[in-house]
Amino acid sequence: MSKVVVVTSGKGGVGKTTSTAALGAALALSGKNVVVVDFDVGLRNLDLVMGAERRVVYDLINVAQGNAKLHQALIKDKRIETLSLLAASQTRDKDALSEKGLARVIKELRGQFDWIICDSPAGIERGAVMAMRHADAAVIVTNPEVSSVRDSDRIIGLLDAKTERAAKGELVEKHLLITRFDPARAGRGDMLRVEDVMDILSVPLLGIIPESDQVLRASNLGQPVTLANPLSAPARAYADAARRLIGESVAMNVPHDRFNLINKIFGGRAA
Amino acid sequence: MSFFGLFKRRDLQPGTAPVARERLQVLLTHERANSSRMNLLSEMRKDIIDAITRHVSVTPEAVKVRIERRDRLSILRVAVDLPAQ
Repeated sequence: MSKVVVVTSGKGGVGKTTSTAALGAALALSGKNVVVVDFDVGLRNLDLVMGAERRVVYDLINVAQGNAKLHQALIKDKRIETLSLLAASQTRDKDALSEKGLARVIKELRGQFDWIICDSPAGIERGAVMAMRHADAAVIVTNPEVSSVRDSDRIIGLLDAKTERAAKGELVEKHLLITRFDPARAGRGDMLRVEDVMDILSVPLLGIIPESDQVLRASNLGQPVTLANPLSAPARAYADAARRLIGESVAMNVPHDRFNLINKIFGGRAA
Repeated sequence: MSFFGLFKRRDLQPGTAPVARERLQVLLTHERANSSRMNLLSEMRKDIIDAITRHVSVTPEAVKVRIERRDRLSILRVAVDLPAQ
């Protein structure tokens, strides 16, 4: 049974692409066949975060329009055998992706992969709707900050209205992923607490990803954070989230970097 | 301000997260109600168009439906451009 998951948020810059790469790699490490699909037509970036930017020949649009075969467009990850990438087009405009073409590509992907992780563009326009269209489940990436929470609420409304599942009267399984969380600031009362965000959005929690330098370091290197430094706090948080996505029960906590204090004392050069 | 005041001031600032939480709760209650009203409007529009086209042939664009909100009541306005006979 294959599962289509959309990673979405409404607001830009909250960590959709980082989360897609990190969750995709974590799922693939557990032996599942995983494809991560970039839906940000015109502004692709998942290829860059995955470190495959120089290997893109054909993309999602080419396959949807029938100008390339799926196997020509799929880029196999060099680190994990069971992980593949389907890039978005950089040159075409966002309307180049047709409903019919997309439905065909998703069907074909379902035949080959256990997990199809769709990286949504920001916004609530057509691109975001296309990314969620065939989703069985949604990971709603939210920063503990007012504008991100509001936009997530809008996206949740769209999931219940604009997806294939909604059209059939079924629900899209929803998961809240809180990113860039800072326990110290939340403790001081200067950042929304995890419970606040859960309460406001009424979506069950998939994971809490702590704010960390490791995320930028990983994207600099073109590596999903779960591969770049598997023992780092965000990597452990993503790995736990991936296990919960599969259905395992994992105790919820906010991992922290053990070397944090040392990092601070020695100017962030340790570890 | 005393020397120690410099250190204390930060602690005396109340946390801002409760304000964020409160504002979001008020705003989202309002926005969710609004979006369900939009759904209501589009559902009604569909039904109205169906009802009209059973009797007269009109294009969906010829049917304009909107809700005007007044203080104590809302008005549903339906305007239909009928084709010339």
